[in-house]
Amino acid sequence: MSGDSFTFTIDGVEVTATPGQTIMEAADAAGIYIPRLCDVEGLRHQGGCRVCTVKASGRSAAACTQPAAPDLVVDNETDHLNTMRRHLVEMLFQEGNHLCPVCEASGNCELQAMAYRLEMVEPFRFPGLEPCRPVDASHPDIALDTNRCISCGRCIRASADVDGKGIFGYVGRGIHRRVAVNGSDLAHTDADINDHAVSRQVCPVGCIIRKREGFSIPIGEREYDHGLIGDEGDSE
Amino acid sequence: MSTDRKARIATVSLAGCFGCHMAILDMDERLIDLMARVEFDRSPLNDLKRFTGRCDIGIVEGGCCNEENVHTLQEFRRNCDVLVALGQCAIMGGLPAMRNAIMHSDDPLRDCLDEAYLSSPYTRNLTNTVPNDPVLPLLLDRVYPCSEVVEIDLQIPGCAPSGDIIHDTLIALLDGKFRGFERTELRFD
Amino acid sequence: MVQSQTDIATPAEIEAICARFDDDPHRMLDILQEVQTRFRCVSPEVMEVVASATGLTRVAVDAVVSFYSFLSDAPKGRVTIRLCDDIVDRFSGLDAVIAAFEAELGIKVGQTSGDGAFSLEVTACIGMCDQAPAAMINDVVLTSLTAERVRDLVTQLKEGVDPGLLIGSRYYEKPPQDRIRDAVRNNIRRAGAVLLGPVPADSGLKKALQMRPEQVIDIIEDSGLRGCGGAGFPAGKKLRHATQNDSTRRFVFCNADEGEPGTFKDRVLLTERAHLMVEGMTVAARAIGAEEGLIYLRGEYTYMRDHILAVLDDRRARGLLGRNIMGMEGSHFDVRLQMGAGSYVCGEAGALISSCEGLPGEPKGRLPLPTERGYLGLPTVVNNVETFCHIARVMDRGAEWFRGMGTDTSPGTKLFSVSGDCLNPGIYELEYGLTLAELLDMAGAPEAAAVMVGGPSGTIIGREHFGRRLVFGDLPTGGAVMIFGPHRNILEIVDYYMGFFVHESCGYCTPCRVGNVFLHKAVQKIRAGQGKQADLDYIREYSATIMETSRCGLGQTSPNPILSTLKNFPLLYSAMLKGGGDRTQPTFDIQDAIEEARSIAQRRSYIFDRDFTQ
Repeated sequence: MSGDSFTFTIDGVEVTATPGQTIMEAADAAGIYIPRLCDVEGLRHQGGCRVCTVKASGRSAAACTQPAAPDLVVDNETDHLNTMRRHLVEMLFQEGNHLCPVCEASGNCELQAMAYRLEMVEPFRFPGLEPCRPVDASHPDIALDTNRCISCGRCIRASADVDGKGIFGYVGRGIHRRVAVNGSDLAHTDADINDHAVSRQVCPVGCIIRKREGFSIPIGEREYDHGLIGDEGDSE
Repeated sequence: MSTDRKARIATVSLAGCFGCHMAILDMDERLIDLMARVEFDRSPLNDLKRFTGRCDIGIVEGGCCNEENVHTLQEFRRNCDVLVALGQCAIMGGLPAMRNAIMHSDDPLRDCLDEAYLSSPYTRNLTNTVPNDPVLPLLLDRVYPCSEVVEIDLQIPGCAPSGDIIHDTLIALLDGKFRGFERTELRFD
Repeated sequence: MVQSQTDIATPAEIEAICARFDDDPHRMLDILQEVQTRFRCVSPEVMEVVASATGLTRVAVDAVVSFYSFLSDAPKGRVTIRLCDDIVDRFSGLDAVIAAFEAELGIKVGQTSGDGAFSLEVTACIGMCDQAPAAMINDVVLTSLTAERVRDLVTQLKEGVDPGLLIGSRYYEKPPQDRIRDAVRNNIRRAGAVLLGPVPADSGLKKALQMRPEQVIDIIEDSGLRGCGGAGFPAGKKLRHATQNDSTRRFVFCNADEGEPGTFKDRVLLTERAHLMVEGMTVAARAIGAEEGLIYLRGEYTYMRDHILAVLDDRRARGLLGRNIMGMEGSHFDVRLQMGAGSYVCGEAGALISSCEGLPGEPKGRLPLPTERGYLGLPTVVNNVETFCHIARVMDRGAEWFRGMGTDTSPGTKLFSVSGDCLNPGIYELEYGLTLAELLDMAGAPEAAAVMVGGPSGTIIGREHFGRRLVFGDLPTGGAVMIFGPHRNILEIVDYYMGFFVHESCGYCTPCRVGNVFLHKAVQKIRAGQGKQADLDYIREYSATIMETSRCGLGQTSPNPILSTLKNFPLLYSAMLKGGGDRTQPTFDIQDAIEEARSIAQRRSYIFDRDFTQ
């Protein structure tokens, strides 16, 4: 612990942080889970999905980008916050095509797992947007179905910052914003199956598809068949 | 729900694969206890094709892909106090709803039928025509989840839902004690 | 698409454009706007060339092109007509104007003519609500359009008349300021003591240069001046923030991107008080020790570009910008003009900075503040045009004089942009603290039934609230006051503005990107008479989530048109709701759903259609 570290609380539990740490970084270090979709270990923070919204001394903030501060009083697991988080997950389900039974990410999908965690079971009150963008299956090893993209941008940051390639990027504005590739299609980019950006831990949903690997893990043994997302560490 | 009479349950499979009805049977021996408390009205399980009276609970498998599905669903809404959407097809269209997203063209339904019956490389159709017998119900422009056609009171997720979640939910409903699902029980597949 | 030879960009031409901006990726917006103007599109091939010249990926260039409304990857017409599609224009006969353009040009809105001569589009508020309907023809703005005038305009345009000459035959012979005065009326209805009354040239700057920078900040702080863009952040405090770091490079940015529908006060200040604005920027630069400034002028105001450039040139020539300002050794400051390209969210300080950095106009996170880490990560003060004008005046006349006007919490005067159903639309410079009723009286709006204060991100109130005061703490506003008479459909207004927010959301965060789409659908459902009580609950729940979880001010205020009308006009909603009944969904229409199948099968529905053969 460095000399200028300080403390603050999350749901009443005292947490230690160092200057420059975000609320989420400090929470992770303390073993406290804050729900998230666009944030993943090893990549820059984006603050886009807003699922990690917490109350920091009464004010809403994205835990992944909000700096921790001395004596901050953070609320995390409250009904109010989890209701808002469920709305956000509902929005993401409604924005894309998330037909879990036909998606090879099912069971390993963070969006689906987050829906379980946040108890998303109400009937949708509006029809989904049902986008119908063509699937890009041009690459020999990778396919891209952006109808399942939740704009987490993890592939974009992984490709730019880890792989040093910049294969993915956002184009468009507002509801038309989507992930695109740096070429006419995936086959005309430098994308490689060994890129970090296309590895299983980067795309949280079934948007980036590694060909010939789907459905290889039987139901019951997939990542989130064992328990709720975020609770993985609890049994240890 | 009063205890001096058996609760009446109706079930139906619309645009589904009947897997959710199979899942009802996955309650196994608990069905015997359940039958002590409920009687089935209109249902493919007893082959009863019309409602004989008002039902307490209606269970719908599958979404709506044709006009007959709509008609049936509306009948269920009229005849049931609590309407339950069982499984992903009833909840959000499921597999049949894949056609909603792959229909890019200006004439999506025609293209869909063409691909299914005429043009797909995997089609072997000796008559080379799209079936159009008068007994075939008209297809809808897209596949609708049940909640877009009528109000749905409760959704039991899964593809198919487990026998456990169906059993636990029904018992809780019969006891008037349904307070939601255990988070760890939820599955969308 | 037919193109003439000159339209096709060669790589060498594109590289030359990039080179003029030093192949600097931060100047991406300038590069792409120049390409767009010259070649009428930024094609994928061109993106490739720009990317390699500036060291970016093509998809990063595409991100910018696809973000801004005025850039496109498909060719636009040599004459591009953008009709202002604000609700005020709609209420002022826009339909007939659109119909006339479509008939005369033979193309629909959203299309480009086959010969590449014309494109016809609609765009969000272009700041001409006091003289609606209005349109941009290329860069030229035409106002108070009628169907008859449109027929004449198109005839001339087809004959090859330059759009500027539609304003007047000697348009291009006039000095830039006269040109913009000819094109757009100022409509100044009340001139106050601070901004629109007589203003001595540069006497505020002269005084500031004779003071120490801290003294300048002290005076601004002492005046109580608050930012005039809407949020009302104390102007002095912002300047002080910007000095509390050890950076050696700081920036002063002027936000001339007034995009809040119904706001056009900066248009008038830019026309009549551009020198005062730059003077205020120079004062602010003196206060924080900045040597570089930037004016971000919204793309819709491109018609004023030459005027602003002329003002900057004139000031440089007179030693009021550049090295050693007013002969003051070591006092350096210069200003660059940055054009926007059609994006409302760029009026948000963080998004504006992103845009200046050559990126899509996505807001930065709330922290750190721009005064700490703004443009290029360096301390940046971003103020509204009106705020800078005030700063210059406060320096000239002193804090006490300024505090003598308005109220304790809202000192000084404010420009109000009044439009809609009233006799005297235009600009009113008034002391803070007057009631809305008083303003409506001046504007000649005895019939007003609803007033939108502060644009769609503000609030819509009814008669019983007209006694409220236009001050921070009661009815805060960036200045927009839109008046609606009793014959207007308030749900139509709400519907329009929810669509506006959907269109202008940058898409960065989930609640604003997706949530607003569904709020808009909910309003349309209610407007169609298909809504239920559950839909109102849904609106309230989702609105709360959108406001609490959105990343920037756009999403944090976008549900306001619905929420304020739900609160202030509850009967409007309840009258439209559909009662319980049969528990079917009124949005589902079986006849629509089977129409396609019926025509394919060539038979009626045996369930839902009557048999007319019997």
